[in-house]
Amino acid sequence: MELWYSERHTPNVKLSIKVDRQIFSGKSDFQSIEVMESPEFGRFLTIDGYMMLTEKDEFIYHEMIVHPAMAVHPEAKRILVIGAGDGGVVRELVNYPFVEHIDLVDIDEMVIEVCKKYLPQTACCLDDERVSIHIQDGLKFIRRCKDEYDVIIVDSTDPFGPGEGLFTKEFYGNCFKALKEDGIMVNQHESPFYPEDAIAMQRAHKRIVESFPISRVYQAHIPTYPSGHWLFGFASKKYHPIFDFDAGRWRGLGIKTRYYNTQLHVGSFALPNYVEELLEDVEEVE
Amino acid sequence: MGELSQNRAPIAEALEQFRRMRVVPFDVPGHKRGRGNRELTEFLGERCMSLDVNSMKPLDNLTHPTTVIREAEELAAEAFGAGYAFFMVAGTTSCVQTMILATCQKGDKIILPRNVHRSAINALILCGAVPIYVNPAMNHELGISLGMSIENVERAITENPDAKAIFVNNPTYYGICSNLKAITELAHRYGMKVLVDEAHGTHFYFGNQLPISAMAAGADMASVSMHKSGGSLTQSSFLLTGKNINKDAVRQIINLTQTTSGSYLLLASLDLSRKRLALDGERIFDKVNEMAQYARNEINDIGRYYAYSRELINNDTIFDYDKTKLSINTLNIGLAGIEVYDILRDEYDIQIEFGDIGNILAYISVGDSYKDIERLVGALSEIARRYGRDKAGMMRHEYISPRVAVTPQKAFYADKQPLPIAESSGRISGEFVMSYPPGIPILAPGEEITPEIIEYINYAKEKGCFLTGTQDLKVETIRVLK
Repeated sequence: MELWYSERHTPNVKLSIKVDRQIFSGKSDFQSIEVMESPEFGRFLTIDGYMMLTEKDEFIYHEMIVHPAMAVHPEAKRILVIGAGDGGVVRELVNYPFVEHIDLVDIDEMVIEVCKKYLPQTACCLDDERVSIHIQDGLKFIRRCKDEYDVIIVDSTDPFGPGEGLFTKEFYGNCFKALKEDGIMVNQHESPFYPEDAIAMQRAHKRIVESFPISRVYQAHIPTYPSGHWLFGFASKKYHPIFDFDAGRWRGLGIKTRYYNTQLHVGSFALPNYVEELLEDVEEVE
Repeated sequence: MGELSQNRAPIAEALEQFRRMRVVPFDVPGHKRGRGNRELTEFLGERCMSLDVNSMKPLDNLTHPTTVIREAEELAAEAFGAGYAFFMVAGTTSCVQTMILATCQKGDKIILPRNVHRSAINALILCGAVPIYVNPAMNHELGISLGMSIENVERAITENPDAKAIFVNNPTYYGICSNLKAITELAHRYGMKVLVDEAHGTHFYFGNQLPISAMAAGADMASVSMHKSGGSLTQSSFLLTGKNINKDAVRQIINLTQTTSGSYLLLASLDLSRKRLALDGERIFDKVNEMAQYARNEINDIGRYYAYSRELINNDTIFDYDKTKLSINTLNIGLAGIEVYDILRDEYDIQIEFGDIGNILAYISVGDSYKDIERLVGALSEIARRYGRDKAGMMRHEYISPRVAVTPQKAFYADKQPLPIAESSGRISGEFVMSYPPGIPILAPGEEITPEIIEYINYAKEKGCFLTGTQDLKVETIRVLK
């Protein structure tokens, strides 16, 4: 008998991964959570049937959602991470000696518990003494924050489901308010390739542009996400992602990475023409 | 058929049975279970189209119910504690009109608060009854009109002992209730019928610790918008009658204006929604209460907004408050309610029920989730941060006491001429002017136009209220009596 996990990337395209066994299956108040073991990608986590991360390629996503902002901000001490219950973002953040405090806000405690138990590769650093975990709606948590954080990382699920509130104008506006005067917000920005994803990507971009003076987009390739071509948003009150980037300073930190490096930092902001056009379409401020 | 109980839904069950019989349709509707209109069927779904059928023996007839519709109406009456419950397919508007047409004839007086829905005054145009307005009290801080005080009701009754009926909102759009029980007892002492507009009070019949319902208060008729808090399809409502009302006479009035092709989609939605509320209403409205209270606390926590509730109760003009309503005063952030309403939709993709000069109302129901409430609260907090301004120059809505020069019917049918609104002061209006929602007239046919009213109309326009009622769709001219 063969067991396969399949995710429809569009109504006409699907990605299938051969599965050895299902390790965990549960339903929280918000979503269904599964962990499976596969020969090609190792263990992987799905939420409501959608691929969240695999042991094989999660490093690309987690390095790219963390290091560009951390390399641009001269000294990010207070960090807010929204979503990210799998711990991958925190694992990258704790590499920075000047980080003093990380608030991690996830609505679903079960994700954190399941990852701690079955995905230690990402959840390894959730017990770091600098990390405070808050089980709460991200939108609610951030509403009460003002001028508090140097960097906010929004590691959300897709905008259909529990993550929907993290793609809204009210959320981005509240992030702006929660950041210090030189703060940076990075968000999971969906994919530009398939039309449905591209629309979500454009909507998110439009709302961020309306909320932040500097709003750029960068890319990475993540084999298990739809189309493999993924974007991140870099929204900032003061620092430009390239002009204010000090490559030598970051290299001096000696942080070991497998995907991110300082040349790739600059290159990742160079986007294909069709993506630039999609972004420009929604950038015109009325 | 088993015994009738609240877990039955006779109309829905009959439709299901009928569907299984696979009867060949050589009757209307002409779409023939959707097969004749593929585009519409794809749009609405096959199941929906297959249930859109005509009255026939196994499905009863709304104008003269003897089988399944009658059973469904009796079950609804039981659930609402009414003498009888009519299934209505032309909205609560038709319920309100039936209540008035069933109790008043030409020249009869009816006592009512001026902050009624336009449907009540429309009924006066149809039947020629004379309105005796009781001024609702005002809360000047919030800029909302309240309930009727017992003292004012008593004065209206003793000054007009020949009035046939008194009309009460239970609650108002904002959630405010008058002392319905005392008003009912008073009116009955003088032989007047008590008609209650419960468009916003369906849940009073099922929830815990909610204001008293019309039927429990002993009222004679009540119009219940099942499609608002009750969960049925838009346009479906119940008309409830008290135990002393001749229901067959009321049905004759309903049949004056109601369609003879009542939609079975609407009827089935009433039937199933009644079942759901009867079986599970208490839990449902406990949850709505809890969500509304949560939202209120969070919104008040933002500051400057005021989401009000039962602390307003004063045992008279705010005798009770419907805490499932999320009414929010916006004046202290320097924005009119209608402006917040527009910003929420245009900038944040959030549609709320209405905004007026100083308030917004977000409708909370069992279909909501905390996740969505967080969005509403988050957006309101952003609006205060980004758009908030000094509150100077904000107009507060003042109740403008109307001067009724002629009856609504006489004004409606009189010879009229159009005039620019700005030049209409001193004339008698032949038309309505109102913001929609809430659909409460600023001016009704037969009322004198005053400079205050013109100022109010201009301000409402400037703030972006959706004004309706005049023949002139731009609401720049008004037809006045010659």
